[in-house]
Amino acid sequence: MSFDATYKEKKLKSVGTRPLRPDGVDKVTGRARYGADFNMPGQLVARVLRSPHAHARIMRIDVSRAVALKGVKAVITAADLPDLTNGNAALYAILDNCMARTKAFYDGHAVAAVAAIDAKVAREALKLIEVEYDVLPHVVDVDAAMAPDAPLLDENLFTQGIDPAPTTPSNVGNRSEFGHGDVESGFAKADVIVERSYKTEQTHQGYIEPHACVASCNVDGTAEMWVCTQGHFVYRQTCADLLGLEVSKLRVTSSEIGGGFGGKTHVWAEPLALALSRKAGRPVKLVMSREEVFRASGPTSQTSIDVKIGATKDGKITAALATLRYSSGPYADSWAETGAMTSFACYDLENVKTVGFEVIVNRPKVAAYRAPSAPMAAFAVESAIDELAHKIGMDSVELRIKNAASEGSRSSYGPIYGPIGIGPTLEAARTHPHMSAPLGKNQGRGMACGFWFNFGGQTCTDLNISADGTVTLAVGTVDVGGSRASLSLIAAEELGISYDDVKAVIADTSTLGYNDMTDGSRGTFSSSMATISAARNAIVTMRERAALMWDIPVEDVAWEEGHAKAVGASYDNRAPLSVKDIAAEAGNTGGPIAGHSELVADGAGVSFGTHICDVEVDPETGATRVIRYTVIQDAGKAVHPAYVEGQYQGGAAQGIGWALNEEYVYGADGRLQNPGFLDYRIPVCSDLPMIDTQILEIPNPNHPYGVRGVGETSIVPPLAAVANAVSDAVGVRMVHVPVSPPRILAALNAKAKG
Amino acid sequence: MRYERPGTIEDAVAMLAQASGRSFVLAGGTDLLVRMKSDDFDADLVVDIKAIPGMDEIAETADGFAIGAAVSCAELAENSALVSAWPGVVEAANLIGSTQIQSRCTMTGNLCNASPAADSVPALVAADARVRVIGPNGTRTISAQNIPVGPGKTSLEKGDIIDAILLARPQPRSGDAYLRFIPRTEMDIAVVGVAVNLTLGADGSVQTARVALGAVAPSVILSEEAARTLIGTKLEAAALGALEAACSAASIPIDDKRGTVAFRKQVAGVLARRAARIAYERAGGK
Amino acid sequence: MTSIAVSTTINGDDVEFLCRADETLLDVLRNRLGLMGAKEGCGTGDCGACSTIMDGRVVCSCLVLGAETEGREIETIEGMANGSDLHPLQSKFIEHAALQCGVCTPGFLMAAKALLAAHPDPTEKEIRFWLAGNLCRCTGYDKIVRAVQDAAAEMRGEGT
Ligand SMILES: Cc1cc2nc3c(=O)[nH]c(=O)nc-3n(C[C@H](O)[C@H](O)[C@H](O)COP(=O)(O)OP(=O)(O)OC[C@H]3O[C@@H](n4cnc5c(N)ncnc54)[C@H](O)[C@@H]3O)c2cc1C
Ligand code: FES
Ligand code: FES
Repeated sequence: MSFDATYKEKKLKSVGTRPLRPDGVDKVTGRARYGADFNMPGQLVARVLRSPHAHARIMRIDVSRAVALKGVKAVITAADLPDLTNGNAALYAILDNCMARTKAFYDGHAVAAVAAIDAKVAREALKLIEVEYDVLPHVVDVDAAMAPDAPLLDENLFTQGIDPAPTTPSNVGNRSEFGHGDVESGFAKADVIVERSYKTEQTHQGYIEPHACVASCNVDGTAEMWVCTQGHFVYRQTCADLLGLEVSKLRVTSSEIGGGFGGKTHVWAEPLALALSRKAGRPVKLVMSREEVFRASGPTSQTSIDVKIGATKDGKITAALATLRYSSGPYADSWAETGAMTSFACYDLENVKTVGFEVIVNRPKVAAYRAPSAPMAAFAVESAIDELAHKIGMDSVELRIKNAASEGSRSSYGPIYGPIGIGPTLEAARTHPHMSAPLGKNQGRGMACGFWFNFGGQTCTDLNISADGTVTLAVGTVDVGGSRASLSLIAAEELGISYDDVKAVIADTSTLGYNDMTDGSRGTFSSSMATISAARNAIVTMRERAALMWDIPVEDVAWEEGHAKAVGASYDNRAPLSVKDIAAEAGNTGGPIAGHSELVADGAGVSFGTHICDVEVDPETGATRVIRYTVIQDAGKAVHPAYVEGQYQGGAAQGIGWALNEEYVYGADGRLQNPGFLDYRIPVCSDLPMIDTQILEIPNPNHPYGVRGVGETSIVPPLAAVANAVSDAVGVRMVHVPVSPPRILAALNAKAKG
Repeated sequence: MRYERPGTIEDAVAMLAQASGRSFVLAGGTDLLVRMKSDDFDADLVVDIKAIPGMDEIAETADGFAIGAAVSCAELAENSALVSAWPGVVEAANLIGSTQIQSRCTMTGNLCNASPAADSVPALVAADARVRVIGPNGTRTISAQNIPVGPGKTSLEKGDIIDAILLARPQPRSGDAYLRFIPRTEMDIAVVGVAVNLTLGADGSVQTARVALGAVAPSVILSEEAARTLIGTKLEAAALGALEAACSAASIPIDDKRGTVAFRKQVAGVLARRAARIAYERAGGK
Repeated sequence: MTSIAVSTTINGDDVEFLCRADETLLDVLRNRLGLMGAKEGCGTGDCGACSTIMDGRVVCSCLVLGAETEGREIETIEGMANGSDLHPLQSKFIEHAALQCGVCTPGFLMAAKALLAAHPDPTEKEIRFWLAGNLCRCTGYDKIVRAVQDAAAEMRGEGT
């Protein structure tokens, strides 16, 4: 039976309530097991040796003294990871990033690794490895890397996407372009034009749990890995590919995950742990230090963006143009392309063009970070829109409402929108009390909008009904923020049983079919789809079993409110059979009852948000405090509203940190200056006010309950919302994020000088 | 590495004096343990001074206060006599780190760590604090200002232990204050720090002033030029303007991950002005 | 023999262990005593995930040497619930959805417990500053602060 995913309005009993989460007790008692909380008998401790240079050719590595140290059980270099990538450039980039092959491309790039009996010996062993480097000129800044005389990272990199193809190499990996209409004629019709350049600095996802895994390779070719990841199936595939293992023989179990935000969708040191285990013949535990996390795991792009927007006097945008340059670390990827796609997605534009340039630099390989690439583009565009409103003398919410995309609009990246939430979130902002609350001295208000696509993808789910009628739900999407609670609610809703009777678990890679990772806000969206489908399949079975129990045709058995009911007067009001009744008889009616589902969840449903921010700036020091913050976002349907609010608040807090203080600071030597939480300044509790949320529910037509992804959009508007608020407070347009105190004070000084 | 917890200061001094390799005093450990995490760190001996009787006490004498070297900064705030005598010193010490760090960190450790950005140090210097040093050659008392001599460097010699920080009983009509600039509200290291300690005459004008600047030079600066701008004034706008300019001029900071030269110089002046006002009010000035 | 023998009290029980001089309390709890509730988010005192209570004060266990705990009283997250009765803070954290990934939660609970012992009726500002040494990247702190406020009210007998 094919699965009908279309939205149908109905009264919901479980979905939309706020029950206690199933993993709550484990997490408040310290029992939940994260990446580093697992051990195996005979396990070794791994450490990674990392390049101190931003760019250097590796001339020679001598590990002999480390190998000879008592207690060292294995030492590996790139030579232990032969290239099995078969021309797959993306996979090769992962391999080279895990362990530098010919050149170290950034401060922190792995060059060797050891496994030893304890941390002390491992640390000693690292000191005994001799690496001879030929230090090369480096470049860490996105604009500097595009300069004609910039040091080249890869002499064989010729920009793709340019016709005719360039004949000289550069640090630009590719060019991408989106849009429609004719921007030049659009600008010609404009009464007012705003044109500016913006910059955003590199930030890190900043999950509190460092990457950790325990890997165990056996002589018979089987292997196991316990790891904190957002996608254990994807880790399994990548690790198997890199190490030449058979996919099905590698069993990966995902631990509880202490935050990921995209940063745990990519492998970092996990293949090294497996390679060490294979070489040593013992299990290996590898836990990255906080410093390693900052130096060598996924930050986001540093960007430089030019925006030009033209509008008529009455506020109709006639043309919009953006040029976006995104750094991607040493390997070209598609971060700029994503930025170029999202830039103007909130608006209904006749003439729009965005051009993205992917730039390689001597910084760590960029990883996904919550709505990857969208916050920077939104910062630039929403700042320009804000300025445009000022120039025209129009309220900035009104200007946005006037140009907002709606159902039927053609998006700037191509598709025609279905029902979407940008208009409603703006209307909600217009009437929100926050918008009209009075401001005090040195205070300013800003607002901004944001967009994210949301992903669906491959999903597989099992729903098993026990003899007592309770349900175990096995899903393959890692729970990064409470999805087990949400999925249990969905299963309870479909089956018509109590939430307390459902227990959701995350299955390992050997007990469930393939699942894409939890990214693109897909966890609840796609696994809920699979859960609904699995529950409906289980209901089919339960109707059959009820028919057997009653000895009537299955067509005469309906499913209503968690019960099988015999329909038709001839059955003279038989008492309906509950899930428990049917489950109790399962042994006599054909065996265990389960529902399975394998599907590709499509139509995740784009989502939009509008944020309002008030700040207070100390004009003498540039110190900035966020004093009020409101998030308005379309969730499609909030399955567990408390967790939806949590996603809104968490994303806003990350965006506020990015806007105000977070940034990678590099020295002239190309080394990262602030690889720790003391100097990489994420918001602390006393930095933030309560974060108000307003959940709008504009059903996603492609989901039975109308669910959209909710996890990512909330980080898109804050950069601009905060920067617009600061600009309002100080009377100077702030164009460089983070708008840190030194930047604010410098801007104020420049203004004072005139 | 060896860990020792002697029961007397004599034993502690002897252990350190006789140690062959690198040795360290351990107070709250909030600097030392962080350094120990680094792969480059090596120590042969760590001498924990917290079991030495008296080290964890704040003694109030006729002359003032002797703050034992193992007294945590959290405990400083719980001593009301000290808080009312030296509010600026205590508030500076209480700015260090988080609640967790406060439970452990000490002012002596802050001083001996010799970070240019140490928060309690400008306040101690403005308060003209002295420290009692016990070493292989006996006991001496020296100015706190003379302990740090550069980033990570102190004037202490092998075997020297500070056993207490000494603060005089404040003069009548005096007050002190410390302000620092950090980008967040907590958990940052000072980008600039300024301490001001004032004594007023009967007419309410400033009689003596001490102005100390942190994080704007390799070690704390006690600026006499800055102090001079306040003497004889009632902190009128002109005096505060002169103070601001003097503090900016006295600052010789560097550009680093925490701030720029221009920012530090400018904000040093701003904070000095604000700290002076607070100290003045605490001294009873209007 | 380079190890040090230490006798201490953990969650009310007498505990003896051996450790090297450079091992932290966090190392000892996690690697020697199997008490893995305290997490290592940084190892350098910056995140608070390793918070434990020592002689009544909340500390970063990553910044305490195991050897220093001789004769001290240590409280960890594993001892927070009374048997199967959760501490009000634990219940309120679950109720208010004050955790997402939960890796910061043990540290927050330890710090909040110390807060309420010292200040039974804290203001929002006091809560926020007291907890500033505990980083949470998931929640934006909103629901954590509310959970602490609510638990404080319940513990004062004001119930909600
Ligand atoms: C997360 C975090 C945040 C921090 N925030 C701040 C901050 O905001 N402001 C700030 O100023 N500092 C800060 N620090 C640094 C540190 O907490 C302080 O410098 C603290 O005061 C050090 O005191 P301690 O007792 O812990 O020193 P320890 O680590 O015990 O010692 C520090 C140094 O002094 C030596 N020493 C200690 N006592 C003596 C003695 N009696 N005689 C001789 N030598 C001695 C030690 O050998 C060592 O070299 C922070 C540290 C951390 C980890
Ligand atoms: S692990 Fe101790 S504070 Fe982060
Ligand atoms: S809940 Fe994830 S860090 Fe706090």
